[in-house]
Amino acid sequence: MQMPDPSKRILSLKAEIVSRLRQVLPPDAVIDDPVETRAYECDALVAYRCPPLCAVLPSSTEEVSAVLALCHEMGVPVVPRGSGTSLAGGALPTADCVILGVARMNEVLETDYDNRFIRVQTGRTNLSVTGAMEEHDFFYAPDPSSQLACAIAGNIAMNSGGAHCLKYGVTTNNLLGVTMVLMDGTVIELGGAHLDAGGLDLLGVVCGSEGQLGVVTEATLRILRKPEGARPVLMGFDSNEVAGECVSDIIKAGVLPVAIEFMDRPCIVACEAFAKAGYPDCEALLIVEVEGSDAEIDEQLGLILQIARRHNPVELREAKDAEEAGRIWLGRKSAFGAMGQINDYMCLDGTIPVSELPRVLRRIGELSAEYGLKVANVFHAGDGNMHPLILFNANQDGQLELCEQLGAEILKLCVEVGGCLTGEHGVGIEKRDLMGVQYRPDDLEAQMAVKDVFDPKWLLNPAKVFPLAASKARRIAAE
Amino acid sequence: MRPSSEDELAGMIASAGGPVRICGGGTRGLSGAGEVLQTGGMSGIVLHEPGALTLVAKAGTPLAEVEAVLEGAGQRLPFEPMDARGLLESDGVPTVGGMAAANVSGPRRIQAGACRDYMLGVRFVDGAGRVVSNGGRVMKNVTGYDLVKLMAGSFGTLGVLTEVAFKVLPKPAAQAMLVLEGLSVAEAVAAMSRALGSAFDVTGAAHDPLAGRTLLRIEGFERSVGYRAERLQALLAGWIERDVVAVEEAWRSIRDVAPFHGRAGDVWRISCKPSDAPEVAARLGGDLLLDWGGGLVWALLPTGTDARAALAGIGGHATLVRGASQPRFAPQPEAVAAIAKGLRARFDPRGILNPGLMA
Repeated sequence: MQMPDPSKRILSLKAEIVSRLRQVLPPDAVIDDPVETRAYECDALVAYRCPPLCAVLPSSTEEVSAVLALCHEMGVPVVPRGSGTSLAGGALPTADCVILGVARMNEVLETDYDNRFIRVQTGRTNLSVTGAMEEHDFFYAPDPSSQLACAIAGNIAMNSGGAHCLKYGVTTNNLLGVTMVLMDGTVIELGGAHLDAGGLDLLGVVCGSEGQLGVVTEATLRILRKPEGARPVLMGFDSNEVAGECVSDIIKAGVLPVAIEFMDRPCIVACEAFAKAGYPDCEALLIVEVEGSDAEIDEQLGLILQIARRHNPVELREAKDAEEAGRIWLGRKSAFGAMGQINDYMCLDGTIPVSELPRVLRRIGELSAEYGLKVANVFHAGDGNMHPLILFNANQDGQLELCEQLGAEILKLCVEVGGCLTGEHGVGIEKRDLMGVQYRPDDLEAQMAVKDVFDPKWLLNPAKVFPLAASKARRIAAE
Repeated sequence: MRPSSEDELAGMIASAGGPVRICGGGTRGLSGAGEVLQTGGMSGIVLHEPGALTLVAKAGTPLAEVEAVLEGAGQRLPFEPMDARGLLESDGVPTVGGMAAANVSGPRRIQAGACRDYMLGVRFVDGAGRVVSNGGRVMKNVTGYDLVKLMAGSFGTLGVLTEVAFKVLPKPAAQAMLVLEGLSVAEAVAAMSRALGSAFDVTGAAHDPLAGRTLLRIEGFERSVGYRAERLQALLAGWIERDVVAVEEAWRSIRDVAPFHGRAGDVWRISCKPSDAPEVAARLGGDLLLDWGGGLVWALLPTGTDARAALAGIGGHATLVRGASQPRFAPQPEAVAAIAKGLRARFDPRGILNPGLMA
């Protein structure tokens, strides 16, 4: 993955930039020691690293505004960073950038159960938003796997999803408003505690813009009362096709589970070896979870099990208590850890129409054999968001490149069958150069025009999302 | 102008010599200068995959056609789009494109989300005649910027929609509603907040002061609906309406603002924090209809009333849906307006698409 060469002008101005940042921020909020900036050299896409020019940790919207105004004036690129859990390199620095971390802004500003929203500073972690409402039995619905660590800022930047979005939607469906600082330091408010935009839906385009339009410092989030209960069932099938048909039949029958998770054989085997969750020995496994009171759960699961039985499952396991429910989820939730124990892996994130599941899984199997790299599949089947995990050995020369090539082939396949490159992780640098597979030049031009308006000098996270060749003229004009 | 294909439309826009007024079904009472562009020639359902909860339709497709196809598969558009004809005394046939361009959502918006939340992808022709595609037909997609949301509710000012992909949902087997009678606006909002803040998944919460009724809708499987309606009743008293026809009729009436049909005056649509609704009601007077638990206030006011001035200091925004004495849309703060203006200049450099409609 290529990154643009750092600007010599900016590198030569480092001392002045740092000193001016210290004039607008408390001394401990500017980090320029080369040892300390290493902490910001990468996000969760660890294959790519580059320490930034410096990092700043502002504590308020005003401080963010001061930093951006200064960087705007001096023409210095800024890479916003939530908790650095991006799997797509969304927070990867360049040597000539200022990393703007929001980690110190983690307060809950307002909780309003009558109007069902919470307002937080965006450095707050996803799980701790729900944590702040625990005693009132409310929760914030989007639940990315990294929710213990990931920040709301990053969730908004990437429009994060999670396992339960089949029912509750992704970030954009649960975001009511933001306070955002534009690159020139202007603070704007979009949305709020009320519903829908008064003019153009700018909030909708900010969500998922990967930190390229502004730095979101505060967010108003929709909150929901927790359901009375939830219960999963586990189903094993002797082929991916049959499991895929079962998913489609459940959806067609009018049941809307909160989650339908799918694991294929390589993934089942690895998870079983790691977590010993007692998964059956089979080709494909589904975990389906429904919510409600006990009686409501029984009603829904009754229907789901009836559908599953028509597909000759090799195993049907209904959780009788919390302990059993925990065991059903255990293997799935440790899937990534299990893979990490065996090998290095790269996690893909394409989405496909659910109907294409069998065909895509078959083709991934063929590609895996062609490239000689194992692929395990675990994904949110209800919405077609796949997470193929490609196993490789990072210490062996050429394996990362081979793995990236296979990854690109799989993502192209996703687009070919009517899907997309990324369902919830974002483009970042990882899928940047594949954007041309999904979008024509005019499509990309329209998206870049939006950035032109919000950030005319292309200083915010400039080398991401768009193929470098496509954004080159704009980035150079900014220089 | 009545193009029959996207390419033809692109050619027409590229060579347009002046303003173009985009017209789907023409049911929303929008007027303005310019040559009328009818989208009805671009019609038809392109794809419906019930097992993937997806439907793709060309922009000029009559909404009724989409609803009939979904009905046949036991599905629906969850955001319950309003039919504006009764309120605006317009005729014509509501279209998919018009609904998307106006981001039209009804009572279920409070629980399920708005039209924009169910739009998965769009194709449109911008003001320079360029064909642009964004999003797709899958439920989770964060590939690039979400121009789908930007197009939803942009009233044709950024581009002419040619195709929209939707996420659809199963139509529940049963529905019922809890009816509370004789509540004041403040009491009704408090009751609706309790219901919406419960675990019982209320899919509609409206208050009709003229009828003196507060309605709370429950949908789902038969037994579950019964159970939740009774739990809500235990919480809030009232009585349960189980007759499907009566429930559907009541919510159609809320959705289409039926209490205001055939009555003179300006109609305002106010989006606010639900707990501000009693204050909104007190300041406006007039006849009101509250939806979204109080988060949406419909107000029938004497012609020429400036509702925005009356509501100064209350968060949210007011749209003049029927009437002409004020701009249709609430003015935006300067920095936000500058961004909107910048976007229009980029997507419609000649300023020919529904000029002045949103500005």
